Amino acid sequence: MEFAELIKTPRVDNVVLHRPFYPAVEGTLCLTGHHLILSSRQDNTEELWLLHSNIDAIDKRFVGPLGTIIIKCKDFRIIQLDIPGMEECLNIASSIEALSTLDSITLMYPFFYRPMFEVIEDGWHSFLPEQEFELYSSTISEWRLSYVNKEFSVCPSYPPAVIVPKAIDDDALRKVATFRHGGRFPVLSYYHKKNGMVIMRSGQPLTGTNGRRCKEDEKLINATLRAGKRGYIIDTRPLNIAQQARAKGGGFEQEAHYPQWRRIHKSIDRYHILQESLIKLVESCNDQTQNMDRWLSKLEASNWLTHIKEILTTACLAAQCLDREGASILIHGTEGTDSTLQVTSLAQIILEPRSRTIRGFEALIEREWLQAGHPFQQRCAQSAYCNSKQKWESPVFLLFLDCVWQILRQFPCSFEFNENFLIMLFEHAYASQFGTFLGNNESERCKLKLQQKTMSLWSWVNRPSELSKFTNPLFEANNLVIWPSVAPQSLQLWEDSEAYLLK
Amino acid sequence: MEHIRTTKVEQVKLLDRFSTSNKSLTGTLYLTATHLLFIDAHQKETWILHHHIASVEKLALTTSGCPLVIQCKNFRTVHFIVPRERDCHDIYNSLLQLSKQAKYEDLYAFSYNPKQNDAERLRGWELIDLAEEYKRMGVPNSNWQLSDANREYKICETYPRELYVPRIASKPIIVGSSKFRSKGRFPVLSYYHQSKEAAICRCSQPLSGFSARCLEDEHLLQAISKANPANRYMYVMDTRPRLNAMANRAAGKGYENEDNYSNIRFQFVGIENIHVMRSSLQKLLEVNGTKGLSVNDFYSGLESSGWLRHIKAVMDAAIFLAKAIAAESASVLVHCSDGWDRTSQVCSLGSLLLDPYYRTIRGFMVLIEKDWISFGHKFSERCGHLDGDPKEVSPVFTQFLECVWHLTEQFPQAFEFNEAFLLQIHEHIHSCQFGNFIGNCQKEREELKLKEKTYSLWPFLLDDQKKYLNPLYSSQSQKSAVLEPNTVSFNFKFWRNMYHQFDRTLHPRQSVFNIIMNMNEQNKQLEKDIKDLESITAVSGDRPGGQAESTLTTLGQSDATRPTSC
Repeated sequence: MEFAELIKTPRVDNVVLHRPFYPAVEGTLCLTGHHLILSSRQDNTEELWLLHSNIDAIDKRFVGPLGTIIIKCKDFRIIQLDIPGMEECLNIASSIEALSTLDSITLMYPFFYRPMFEVIEDGWHSFLPEQEFELYSSTISEWRLSYVNKEFSVCPSYPPAVIVPKAIDDDALRKVATFRHGGRFPVLSYYHKKNGMVIMRSGQPLTGTNGRRCKEDEKLINATLRAGKRGYIIDTRPLNIAQQARAKGGGFEQEAHYPQWRRIHKSIDRYHILQESLIKLVESCNDQTQNMDRWLSKLEASNWLTHIKEILTTACLAAQCLDREGASILIHGTEGTDSTLQVTSLAQIILEPRSRTIRGFEALIEREWLQAGHPFQQRCAQSAYCNSKQKWESPVFLLFLDCVWQILRQFPCSFEFNENFLIMLFEHAYASQFGTFLGNNESERCKLKLQQKTMSLWSWVNRPSELSKFTNPLFEANNLVIWPSVAPQSLQLWEDSEAYLLK
Repeated sequence: MEHIRTTKVEQVKLLDRFSTSNKSLTGTLYLTATHLLFIDAHQKETWILHHHIASVEKLALTTSGCPLVIQCKNFRTVHFIVPRERDCHDIYNSLLQLSKQAKYEDLYAFSYNPKQNDAERLRGWELIDLAEEYKRMGVPNSNWQLSDANREYKICETYPRELYVPRIASKPIIVGSSKFRSKGRFPVLSYYHQSKEAAICRCSQPLSGFSARCLEDEHLLQAISKANPANRYMYVMDTRPRLNAMANRAAGKGYENEDNYSNIRFQFVGIENIHVMRSSLQKLLEVNGTKGLSVNDFYSGLESSGWLRHIKAVMDAAIFLAKAIAAESASVLVHCSDGWDRTSQVCSLGSLLLDPYYRTIRGFMVLIEKDWISFGHKFSERCGHLDGDPKEVSPVFTQFLECVWHLTEQFPQAFEFNEAFLLQIHEHIHSCQFGNFIGNCQKEREELKLKEKTYSLWPFLLDDQKKYLNPLYSSQSQKSAVLEPNTVSFNFKFWRNMYHQFDRTLHPRQSVFNIIMNMNEQNKQLEKDIKDLESITAVSGDRPGGQAESTLTTLGQSDATRPTSC
């Protein structure tokens, strides 16, 4: 397919652009395969350069011959274009609509983008599992790197290499995979050097209604316990949801079969509940005319900060079990690709000083989100302005970034990166010239040959000129565990991101 | 001391207000004539001034002892468990007596002794000089003059002696107008904007009822209008909600009828009265004192308390005022009912938006002295310094400080002072440690001989200035800058550091502020080192060559390069 077919009118003169914080500009609007560009005629400088994939929704309005297109972006910006001529306006609108909703991933911009910068370090190779394991290997003798998933046949959403207990062989892992949702058998997420305790993550056990058990599964997780010690299983779902899951073949670990483990249920919401929360929040942030009472009640009704509190509370609980109780933990929800990853990654932010550095945080995103199979393609397909109500669209990653921001606010000197770094990651997760966040897991990324065909976000970010924008000047390495306050009085709305328009 | 039966109780537990695991510290509780003191096992001291105590409550006996809950006016809440009920009861009774004094003379300020001599004390009181301040604004001038009408407090007891009025307003007009205004508080100058030649004036409501008029009052308003050559009309801002103002007419009070006053533009701005504000704060404190508070309960409580709505109303009124002056060069007359609560809020905030001087440490003290203390904001009644009518207590001044805090959040470079300064002032409006806020008006303060018997707060704050400096302040960029805050609802936030000042667990764990302060200090020190070393090299350069000299030179050079490289 040629993009030209979709572009009925490639160029319109005398278009007026309105957007927040800037005066209106008149200029020439151009459509290309991947961008919407507006340049003012005076000095030929671009005023706007917008990726089609950043467009979440568009509205059209007509007053006489003047058409107006309102573009709502995934990064929450709202842009207005006044276009003279009804036909041009309709053409532009339908082109934008088509170009911003392309089905095929291989037509996306990362496959066409050619970097204008010199690549110093190829980001695709910056955080290889082997290197990450190497960092640990001197201290963790009870763990090994397994390639049981080399062909993605045991677990389609896991990477080829995972860290598992040494005592468990690959055959046992294959058996455990059949007992866990999506084949996601328990793997190592974090090793706490201070006391040798670990965080593992997995999918839910497939116990079903008749209480199926799997000896290998029990053996696997028990292998992480010290003699006489108990561990904790944190199920991110409330007990009743976990019980309901049994009817669909899922379930939770029965006390009888896991006597050395204490199970704790939390309630982190998922899917469309989060998406609706974001939609409500952004909607009320965009309404500048509402009075105080309405604003507060809408902020409350959005539940956004409630989600933040619940996720942070669960992460603190996990970190506490590990650091204070000296116990190992297994974390899962249903699939183990959303709330599970929020908790495992935030617990590491709390516990592990390295994850608060730029490099360490990138490694964390790579390990706990990309390699761990968070389905970015599905979750970030639409943002706050979508109406589709698809179950799989959900701001899980944005909530994680917001939680990191909350901790950053409370420990402003303990992070090497600043708020801009988090915002940059949010923007690239939703629309990017880089291939990093394409696809839903390692297996899909391999099939798409992203390493060969696209550029990694890290190749761009990790150049000194870019890094300087994301560095926190107040950073002083803090080797302690940092415990955030999760009281409502301590949590704040992240205006720079959520209320993009009002700042 | 006759109220104190038990001076020391051991094995008292201090509970953490928000801890879910009922964490507590064990220590000894001491009762002194002025303070309640708790010293825990780590020798950490918690001092609570008796005057800060808003309420003491003895709860039902538990197995571990008798709980005693103390709520303070600075929003500290402490929860003790006293092992023996008898001791608890003694302390409870003593605190009830000690926290509510019947006479001014029993307040802490009259016994507080910072070891200064009379001359030092007097100099302290002279630090803020309002006559100087009016001169700084540019009055008296050809349009405004100092009136001696109230020199003996004959016209208005709650006004200061020295008042500025339009030059063309004769004494009979002033006297006539004062008889037509509630409590005799006739229109006078609060702030003069020199370049716009426009004035902020203040007064109380007119005694207009449904139809009464007063020619002198009409003349006085016209005189204010004429004192501004740049503009032919003036605004009259009634800071009350329209309904309240209308209801006042039945009592023979009310608001200005536009038909009777030439060239006025009348405006209601809808700030609620002291009773609404008191119960709003009460609700807010109930909500945020809840243990294990959920996000939804917090926000629905914040909403139903109405607190931020009231803060926004005050801010909106001040912005309206500042705009009238800055954009239209129009003079503005502000009043509410008596002209000492809402009027003080709006006049002082409006001036703060207009004049960068009030955003400095000293300027802010001047502003409080002028619009709050001298114009008779009833500090003793509003803060409940004495055992009096609880219906007179209201957080009007706290709201003013909170509005200023919101401005410091929106304009981080515009203020010379930081949040700690606001909190410290708030601490002292209730502490009664200094004389500034004792009494309800200047006349009362003079009768109490506060300047002879007590100390002024301001010199002590200035001595500690370093603690209150905002490291981000940029005085240059602030020259003649009018602040135009954005009052979209979403910009108003809960002031955690005020209402949870003492709940350390809710605070950020690291302070950017301290780090920037330290960096500034280091920079200054390094710059000083460079200068010192440069002067040494300059001196040694004149001397004949020698070994000592060459060492110094290299030292100086290497140090001089250090700051540029970091």
